[in-house]
Amino acid sequence: MPVHVRLPAHLVALFPGAPRRLDIEAASVGEMMAALDALWPGMRDRLCDSTPAIRRHINVFVGGRRANLATPLHDGTDVHVLTAISGG
Amino acid sequence: MAQKVLVLIGTKKGTFILESDAQRRAFELRGPYCETWPINHVVGDEKTGTIYAGGGNEWFGPAVWKSEDLGATWSHSSAGLAYGEGETPIKAVWSLNASYGRLLAGVEPAGLFVSADGGASFAPLPGLRDHPSRSDWNPGGAGLILHSLVTAPGDPNKIWVGISAAGVFHSADGGITWEPRNRGTRADFMPEGQTLPEVGQCVHCVVLAPGSGERLYQQNHCGMYRSDDGGRNWHSIEKGLPSSFGFPAAVHPRDPDRLYLIPLNGDSTGRFMPDAKAAVWATADGGATWSDKREGLPQRNAFFNVLRQALATDTLEPAGVYFGTGSGSIYASVDAGETWREAARHLPTISSVETLVVEA
Repeated sequence: MPVHVRLPAHLVALFPGAPRRLDIEAASVGEMMAALDALWPGMRDRLCDSTPAIRRHINVFVGGRRANLATPLHDGTDVHVLTAISGG
Repeated sequence: MAQKVLVLIGTKKGTFILESDAQRRAFELRGPYCETWPINHVVGDEKTGTIYAGGGNEWFGPAVWKSEDLGATWSHSSAGLAYGEGETPIKAVWSLNASYGRLLAGVEPAGLFVSADGGASFAPLPGLRDHPSRSDWNPGGAGLILHSLVTAPGDPNKIWVGISAAGVFHSADGGITWEPRNRGTRADFMPEGQTLPEVGQCVHCVVLAPGSGERLYQQNHCGMYRSDDGGRNWHSIEKGLPSSFGFPAAVHPRDPDRLYLIPLNGDSTGRFMPDAKAAVWATADGGATWSDKREGLPQRNAFFNVLRQALATDTLEPAGVYFGTGSGSIYASVDAGETWREAARHLPTISSVETLVVEA
């Protein structure tokens, strides 16, 4: 079973055709980012920096807890990708 | 063939474009573009008409945006626009240069990239970042930014960059190797006896004059300068100006002796128009003498600044001159800087102004 991913509106606006919700086969947040990038080239760069790490003002929640790229994903898990409060 | 001019405006909340016919009696504003990202620099490729916009978003990082239809639609990429694992990630794109069929991109923290496929992907030019002086580079108020990116007609291998606060560097081999070119420019913020270092100057803007390919002008945090030998030696041209501090510089498109500057009241006194009266200062003799151009500009309560990339000329006749303020106004002159009018107002804080002349 895949994981259930929700993407922020500001992100999908950058990738025509990208949905707000989709199911992805991934065993970790890092694998999820790779899968998103395969579907929409460049999406990983928008969510992750070259450290590599999830960008400072992007939050990924797995099962309600804030995650990093190494966080494992299990079948059926809900993954929320959110833009943090930022800017001015 | 009829022409039109596009004034390309980078702001804290997106790209805007002012458009007019060659007479430039009225300007129409379009935008915001680039999903209202903070955009530091917008340039047009004179050969193709393609527009590129560089910036960085707090959520999504750095990218170069591209439009092949004069701004109607845009795509974006940052493929390859990254340092190695473990290094401080790139925060934003700060300067662009489209020439010789390539796109150069200067970024923060300071470094240089090149795209050979029209901005679809980028490759590093690591020689600049690997320069042995890098440990002496210190971030200015806007960060360690590569904000000036200058190429010369006739030789694609000649590149100058300006980095705050590292100074001017030059490459004669297309960006593979670099040497500092700061001789004669001051770093007044350094201790006594160390104010003329080889690197570490806080350059604010470097522009190339038309003609020889060797005359450069520079607005520095500490003075205004001219070089007639490609930046090997710089000479102060600040005598006659109201201060030694300012951000942008722009040169006339056909006359190498005509330069435009916008001195501010000083680095520690607000950084706005001297006496709160706006003026563009122009020289017609390479900086020997200066005159202030005020007609049409606000002469009371002008507490705005003009940032390092926010002054530009166009290539029409007579030359147009444009600047954008921190308070979101664009002022335009269509008589080579003699008289001015406000062409747009109430925009977000303006980071950059460039022009593109295309067939109407």
